[in-house]
Amino acid sequence: MPRPTPLHQRTSELCTSLAFKEWAGCYAVCRYDTYHDREYYALRHQATLMDATPLYKYEVRGANAAELLSRVTVRDYSKHTIGRVSYVCWCDEHGKVLDDGTATKLADDHFRFTSADPALAWLQRNSRGLDVSVTDISRDMAAMALQGPLSREVLRPIVGSGIDKLKFFRAMPVRYALEGGDAEGVLTRTGYTGDLGYELWMDNEHAIPVYDAVMESGKPLGLLPMGLDALDVSRVEAGFLLNGVDYTSAKSAFIEKQKSTPHELGFDWMVKLEREPFVGQAAIRAEVQSGVKRRLVGLEVNWNDFEAIYESFGLAPHLTTETCRLGAPLYQDGRQVGYATSRTWSPTLKKYLALGTVAASHATPGTKLEIEVTCEYERHRAAAVVTKTPFFDPERKKA
Amino acid sequence: MGSTDYDTIIVGGGHNGLVCAAYLAKAGQRVLVLERRHVLGGAAVSEELHPGFTYSSCSYVVSLLRPWIIRDLELARFGLDLIPLESSFLPLPDGRSMCRWADSELTREEVSAFSRHDAEVMGEFSQAMTKIGRFVRPIIDSPAPEPSSLNPKELMTMLRLGRHFSDAKVDEMEMRLKLLTMSAVDFLDEWFESEELKSPMSVSGIIGTFLGVRSPGTAYVLLHHYMGEIDGAFRSWGFQRGGTGGVSNAIANSARHFGAEIRTEAPVERILLDGDRATGVVLQNGDELRAKQVVSGCDPRRTFLGFVGADNLPGDFVTSLKGYRFRGSSGKVNLALSRLPEFSCRPGSEHLRGDIAIAPSIEYLERAYDEAKYGTFSRRPYINVVLPSIVDPSVAPPGQHVMSCFVQYAPYDISEGAEHWPEKREAFGETVIDTLEEYIPGLRDTILHKHVLTPWDIQEEYGLTEGNIFHGELTLDQMAFQRPTSGWARYKTPIRNLWLGGSGAHPGGGLMGAPGALCARAILGKEVN
Repeated sequence: MPRPTPLHQRTSELCTSLAFKEWAGCYAVCRYDTYHDREYYALRHQATLMDATPLYKYEVRGANAAELLSRVTVRDYSKHTIGRVSYVCWCDEHGKVLDDGTATKLADDHFRFTSADPALAWLQRNSRGLDVSVTDISRDMAAMALQGPLSREVLRPIVGSGIDKLKFFRAMPVRYALEGGDAEGVLTRTGYTGDLGYELWMDNEHAIPVYDAVMESGKPLGLLPMGLDALDVSRVEAGFLLNGVDYTSAKSAFIEKQKSTPHELGFDWMVKLEREPFVGQAAIRAEVQSGVKRRLVGLEVNWNDFEAIYESFGLAPHLTTETCRLGAPLYQDGRQVGYATSRTWSPTLKKYLALGTVAASHATPGTKLEIEVTCEYERHRAAAVVTKTPFFDPERKKA
Repeated sequence: MGSTDYDTIIVGGGHNGLVCAAYLAKAGQRVLVLERRHVLGGAAVSEELHPGFTYSSCSYVVSLLRPWIIRDLELARFGLDLIPLESSFLPLPDGRSMCRWADSELTREEVSAFSRHDAEVMGEFSQAMTKIGRFVRPIIDSPAPEPSSLNPKELMTMLRLGRHFSDAKVDEMEMRLKLLTMSAVDFLDEWFESEELKSPMSVSGIIGTFLGVRSPGTAYVLLHHYMGEIDGAFRSWGFQRGGTGGVSNAIANSARHFGAEIRTEAPVERILLDGDRATGVVLQNGDELRAKQVVSGCDPRRTFLGFVGADNLPGDFVTSLKGYRFRGSSGKVNLALSRLPEFSCRPGSEHLRGDIAIAPSIEYLERAYDEAKYGTFSRRPYINVVLPSIVDPSVAPPGQHVMSCFVQYAPYDISEGAEHWPEKREAFGETVIDTLEEYIPGLRDTILHKHVLTPWDIQEEYGLTEGNIFHGELTLDQMAFQRPTSGWARYKTPIRNLWLGGSGAHPGGGLMGAPGALCARAILGKEVN
């Protein structure tokens, strides 16, 4: 049975739908109301607060902390400055992606590392010979994501005006001004929504006071608590992949076909090959030389086609409001060239979006494909075009 | 010499004999099953030995029963009803405990308390083991290969198995070789650091063998844990509703449905021979029954040295049979309890729905083995406890419980001689109860009835030579084309028209049904995948 997070007392009071699911062994709210729409619109127009505590979190400390991350992940951490946050993936020795997460440099000898799957054993196994210690703080540290265009205004009274200087993907130590006394923590300008937003990190004991302060400060600005359903729509709009949905970790894959390389997932930009050895380097180098076989891409489904399929049955087009995680084959000229893994209607863009994997030859933006649409138990196809991600990329995200 | 009464007579109504009978009957044969006892099932049997309490006297969990047998014989229709085991609980004498659950996150939390490293590696480990389990599966689902044969069919089989091996990546191959050669503990040492995790895991390597967890070759048997399947789903163990005998009864019902005749209390005296040919059986009451062929579901020693007789067999066959090791090493204690036992280290019952291992450390297990090596039962044995009445109230009166304890080591060959086991039975049972009392204070006061089976009893009552639950040790040298002896691993025997279809034939023991089914297919001349 999942365990409650330190914020469960608050989130469970607010969650009138009683729609919870398991996330990394914890209870997580799917949506607070019967439908998540209100939360989604609050995210894109005001601000939302989500309990992100279930994330796996690790402290990486020691003189060789950067060396460890450079060795384990595909990025080079030797020149990262203090306060920099980086999105990163890491591979097994065959260059197949195990997971993705973030690393925050808090001091020269201190990083904080997050992941979707447990990573302690992998980090420890690869730390031989390095002056570094890895500590699992997953259950000791709470996290919440405050996202949306007004998130800075919500947060300023609690952490002070220093927040105005905090740039995109940067971290700063903060003192949360709380009623019962200030608490220390870390603030990062990060998120999984593709919007302006922050993630707040603090010890478990401060979780509820910080939550209360943020909710209180956000009330006049229209802040709402947000669950995973709205998050799932926003992350597709932002073009973010999800381990276990858009790709399978090499650790959980049963066959080679289920595994992916960083380049296949579109992580080319974070891979730095010409440097000290790292796990998977040789395999990735070989792949780059021989050519990447497939690519994870964004897709826009042609709505007119989609509507026409429903129309032919005398029906109005129908999509669920949640992101659909059932795979759908992608075709070109009658031959299957890939599959979509996440599909969602974007209420902001008014478009039917998907993330999918296609043969590399079909991955160029503008490539015309077809996606399978099942209507009244019959299979049909609608046009879909390969599109650059993020689909939704507001200026405020980095401003 | 006239007409035959039956196409096939099957000696022994254990689960394999019944499976064989059902397949032959389904193919249209006239089949007779002869069971010595009043109840069917052999070691897969349920017995109400105390009013209201049904013991699964010997075999107590189901996992390897082949899914294709379940489908072919329509066992669900005839009464097969499995309830999954949900957890694996390890109580410790110092008051700590660890429970491994079906829920992997929950398990992670439990194991983290002992080792965070191990908690994370567990997923990877079971992933790797499951992959290898898939490689072993075709081997247990088809007749043993014949490595010395030049017959193209045999060569193809070997090639196919070889390919299973060579297709593997280097790291997987390495793991397979290690599994085949290492001890369970050494193998687990490569993955895990916590004694409390390794200890209960390692015991699956020694079940039914006279080996210790540090003996080479025991790693392989760990795999069986990861091959367990019920209803075709990998990695599950289950209880048969109403007791393990229900599995045998389901098979018997299927066999009868297809036209087989089954007689209980019909002990066979010997197998009738005409030269080197089997022609039927003679019952202990003197009746002679004739058949075109005879299948023995009994173990190899009982079959050949008992029913056939050494004088009627080739000398080298008899020699190799004598080298075939049984060395029963376990006993069974079944208890009827007036209430649910309460473990002092963790009260409540939700962690008792699965199996419970008394295996607090590797040293404990090794010491238990040491004593057995020198001819006494372990003073503090490994015990695998299940309380099926928690999930299946039909086996005990309301509020009361059945406790089944598999106990290792109880060597058949105690130093006084195996025939002195009956004098030791009481002490053996007390040792088990004393051991359990250390974890469940007050257990003794709740015992309404006890049923203690020593290896001697298992031999005398259930017909398993030397009390070996698998019809012969499941060690690598006694498996595949060497089971029971090399050259005779294809269910045929040196006696024409006599077939071996019990656990002493490939792929071996456990409530699998595969030997019986593969034997039937061999008789019918059917090719198996």
